Parts: sequence; structure tokens; C-alpha cells
Amino acid sequence: MKFIRNLLDRAAPLFEEGGKLERLYPLYEAGDTFLYTPGEITHGTTHVRDGLDLKRMMVFVVIALTPCILMAMWNTGYQANSAIHAEAGTAPENWQESLFTSLGMAHDPGSLLDNIVLGAIYFLPVYIVTMTVGGIIEVIFGIVRKHEVNEGFLVTGMLFPLTLPPTIPLWQVALGIAFGVLIGKEVFGGTGKNFLNPALTARAFLYFAYPNQITGNVWIAADGFSGATTLGALAENKDNLDVGLSQILQGVDGQGITWMQAFLGTITGSMGETSALACLLGAAFLILTGVGSWKIMAATVLGAVGTSGVFWLASLSGLETSALFALPPWWHLVIGGFAFGCVFMVTDPVSAAMTEKGKWFYGILVGVLTILIRGINPAFPEGIMLAILFGNVMAPLIDYFVIQGNINRRMARYAS
Amino acid sequence: MAKETTKEILLSPVFTNNPIALQVLGICSALAVTSKMDKALTMALAVTVVTGFSNLSVSLVRKFIPSSIRIIVQMTIIASLVIIVDQFLKAYAFNISKELSVFVGLIITNCIVMGRAEAYAMKHEPGMSFLDGIGNGLGYSLILLIVAFFRELFGFGTLFGITILPLYDAVKDSGWYTTNGLMVLPPSAFFIIGIIIWVLRTFRPDQVETEG
Repeated sequence: MKFIRNLLDRAAPLFEEGGKLERLYPLYEAGDTFLYTPGEITHGTTHVRDGLDLKRMMVFVVIALTPCILMAMWNTGYQANSAIHAEAGTAPENWQESLFTSLGMAHDPGSLLDNIVLGAIYFLPVYIVTMTVGGIIEVIFGIVRKHEVNEGFLVTGMLFPLTLPPTIPLWQVALGIAFGVLIGKEVFGGTGKNFLNPALTARAFLYFAYPNQITGNVWIAADGFSGATTLGALAENKDNLDVGLSQILQGVDGQGITWMQAFLGTITGSMGETSALACLLGAAFLILTGVGSWKIMAATVLGAVGTSGVFWLASLSGLETSALFALPPWWHLVIGGFAFGCVFMVTDPVSAAMTEKGKWFYGILVGVLTILIRGINPAFPEGIMLAILFGNVMAPLIDYFVIQGNINRRMARYAS
Repeated sequence: MAKETTKEILLSPVFTNNPIALQVLGICSALAVTSKMDKALTMALAVTVVTGFSNLSVSLVRKFIPSSIRIIVQMTIIASLVIIVDQFLKAYAFNISKELSVFVGLIITNCIVMGRAEAYAMKHEPGMSFLDGIGNGLGYSLILLIVAFFRELFGFGTLFGITILPLYDAVKDSGWYTTNGLMVLPPSAFFIIGIIIWVLRTFRPDQVETEG
């Protein structure tokens, strides 16, 4: 390790002011601080004693995402292998499949290794493309604007692939993340100034630009298999409730899915979003380390449970009979991207509300909107993405009112 | 104030004082009519004609308009011109006119027309006013055409209806381009206008508003 340090130190004069490669300083800085603790210390009379800097915070989020990432790889492989095994679909003819067979693997859904390897073959290229394209844009802006390349991108680059279906074409991944980083973040001045979540901006762009590749039968990497996500199936069949929820909620093997399956995540969906359990593990880590705000998570769940509860009661009393109304609140929490969005996306500290009271309003707003979009809007089966983006836009307004309220209260207190 | 040359009046609204990019006027129609090049071109011509002649007419009668009812008089003049343009389009370019539907009529409410009549034509000679109107119309046209260029190219793979990027067809196994659905939707015009403003201000930092 000493060797790398020496190498970096020897290269330092090249990049510092007056050096030959001065313009590339952000690149050097990124490499250096990625490997080592930054050498600079605060000057002046600051009294911040928390060792938690942006870098550690972002790394913590990546650690919290680990269960989701592992689950994403396993489940992507599992879903594809199950479909092929059950002869509901055939192995696709693409380079992923050639690589898979050349490794001597078989499509056996019972084998942990087969599933993980197949999933990784689909997940890793998406991840690598995201990091490469997004990273290049970050570095270009870092050099032109003379700011440092931020670790924030590690998180964006990790979240974005997890929100995509496994069959997404790689050029769309590149285009999406480019849009997300540019329009979602750099236009407004880079990390910390983005009022939208860049990963979600990227996904929303793909959602509207290429709806064919991100909705419909794209969730399983097997040819000829037709199957929507749980929410997609619900939205399609929302009026024929007579067949029963268990009939609508079909798993990959043609059997009805159980709540436990949805909770564990062995259902179709975007790569990282299916498992509520993995998200829960991540949430526990984020809350314990203080990186994610438990208030926002709690408020989002509260808003969602409240709204879906009202819908559920309405359907029980016969007021409205749509499959999405009849879905009980505890189902809403485990299907679709709710758990993932609620833990990792809503809590993004930059785009969420900053004030403590504002966090409750913000979370509840997102939760309520998610269920409203799921239940009432006919166009979109899933609502969490648009609900969070809307919440992001409203967050500054919420903060403004909270702060104004506080100012008014104090004015009233000291007025007399 | 130094007397502006004819060239300056005609060309300054195109780049330095663009009605959309700097004054941020007339955005609504820029969203609505820019999905195809031919629609945008027709709209651009219509607006240029209306701004030019409304400025000319308002300037001609500017000394006779009582200040308290000047907006109504301006509106009447603009509305008459818009109706002429609308009838003209219906007579000679019926298909385009049908596609543009209400948006030709809505030129009346286009802020650029009113804005130039009020801000420039009420204070200047008819000749100069006419050039100012045409200039602002051209500035509007430029942005409209740029936006429509990107929207039609990426949204449909065509320009003026002629295929530029052959669409991918799985059945015939031909072409390679997948249309970008976002570009067909009006909000994409916001993104493109925003990017145009960004690029413009990067090269002309004097256009950036001061904060505060």
C-alpha cells in the first residue's frame, strides 16, 4: 500500500497548480481520495466533530445496497432459469447466453451458482456501462468546472442499474444515465445542488422515451416468455376481480404468488426492486449509521399504508371494486418498487426535505401519491418513481413553509 | 441613446436578444407546434408575418391611440392580422392548418407580438418597428426550428417527413433506429429550449441574470 501512496505523491506536482496536467486535477483528486483519507484538514474555527463526510456517507449507502445487489443478481438468474426450465420460454440467442453456456452452466433454477452467474451476466454489463458513461460525464464536468469528482456518483451509478429490467439494451442504459447526470445534476451545479434524484431522473427519461423496453414483457431474460410485473398484471386485470387476486398474481411458474414470495423477492420486476427483505436490511443499516432518515422512511410507509388502507376498506365495503383497490396494504408494501424507493430513493439527502418537520410532510406526500398513482391513474402501473420525483420538486417548498412557520412562531414569542 | 442601425434592429433579436432564449416569451407555442419541422416552419412564418405587420400598424397609429385603451387597440390590430393569416393558411395550406388547429388562432396571445407592439412599436418609427417585428419573428423562428429539428429527428427519425434515420423493424429486419418517445411529448421542448439557453449563455455570459 505504501507503494501506491508514494506513486500518488510523486505524481502530485504534475496535477497541482502550475503542473503540466493541472487541468486533470479532478481526476487525480478522485483517485487519491478514493484510495486514501484526504490530507487536507479544516482550517479556521470550525467545531464540527463528526467524522462522517460525504465520502463515507456515500460508501455507507453502497454497503446498504449490497443485499439488494446480491438479490438482484440471484433473482434475475432465478427468474430466467425458472422460465426456461418450465419451458415457458426459451434461452435467448445473445452474447449473454453464449457466455453463460461457455462457462459450462445450465439453466437450473435450483442451483444457486447457476442463478447468480446468469444474473451477474445481465446485471454487470448494465452496471459497467452506467459507471463508464456517467463517470466520463462527471470527470468532464469536474475538469471544466474545476470541481472535484464526487462519490455521490457511486451511489447514483449503483441505484440506476437496480431500477432497470434485465433485458434493457445497453445503449439505452448509456443514454439514460447521461441524461440523468446531465439534466438531473450537472445542469444545476453538481452534487449537492441537484433538486432531483439523478438515478430516478435517468429512469424516468427511459420510461418516457423507450416505453417498449422498460414496460411489458421485459422483466425476464428468456425469449418467448410473456409476463408482466405483479403491479402490471394488477393494472391489466383491474376490472375482472371475480377471478380473484391469487389468479391475477401469477408467478413465473404459473402458480399464484404468495405474500412471502413477494417479501423475499422471488417475483418479476426491475433487477433490484423485487426483494422487500433486502431493502429492509439496507434500511436497518442506513438508520443505524444515521445516513438515511428514519423519519422519511416511516412517513412514506405511513402515507402508503394510510392511503391503501382507505382504498382497501372502500373495496371491502363495495364502494369501488378494482383489483388495485382490493389489494391489502401489506401487499402494497412488498410488490413493485415501493420498498426500494422508500429506503434508497426518497431518503436521498440532497433532494429530500431538509427540515425535520418537513421530512414527515415530504414522506407522507410521496407515500400517498405512490398509492394514488397505482390505484387510480390508468396509465402507470407503478407510482413510486413519479411520486418521488414530484416529492423532490415539492421538497424546497415544504422546507420553506416549515422555516417560515418557525420564524413566525418565534416572532410571536418575542413580540410581546 | 445612439441610433441603432437597421442591421442591428433586424439581427439583434435573433442572437443577442432572442425573444425565447433571453426574454423567455412565447414558450407555450414553442411546446405545442414543434413536433414536426413543417408545422414549426409554418408557425414560424405566421408569427414573423404577424409581428412584423402588427408592429408596423401599431407604429403608424401610435400617436392617435389614447394611452388608456392602447392595449385594446393593439389587440384589435393583432387579432385582425391573425385572422388574415389563419384564413390564408386555410386557403392555401389546408392540411398544415388543420394540424396546427387552434395554435394559429392563439398567435393573438403570443407574448412576443404583444410585447413588441407595446415595448417597441409604440415608441418608434414605422420602418424601424417593422424591422423589429420581423427580427423578433426571426428570433422566434430560429429557436422553433432548432427545437423542431431535434424533436422530429429523434422522435420520428425524419425531417420534413423524409426518413433520415431508418426505423428498426423487427419483422422486416431493416433499419436500426428506435424512436425516442420523450421527444414526441411536448415536455421535451422544455429540455431542448433549456439546453439552448444553457449553450447560449455559456458563450455569452453577459446574458446571465444577476442573482438576488
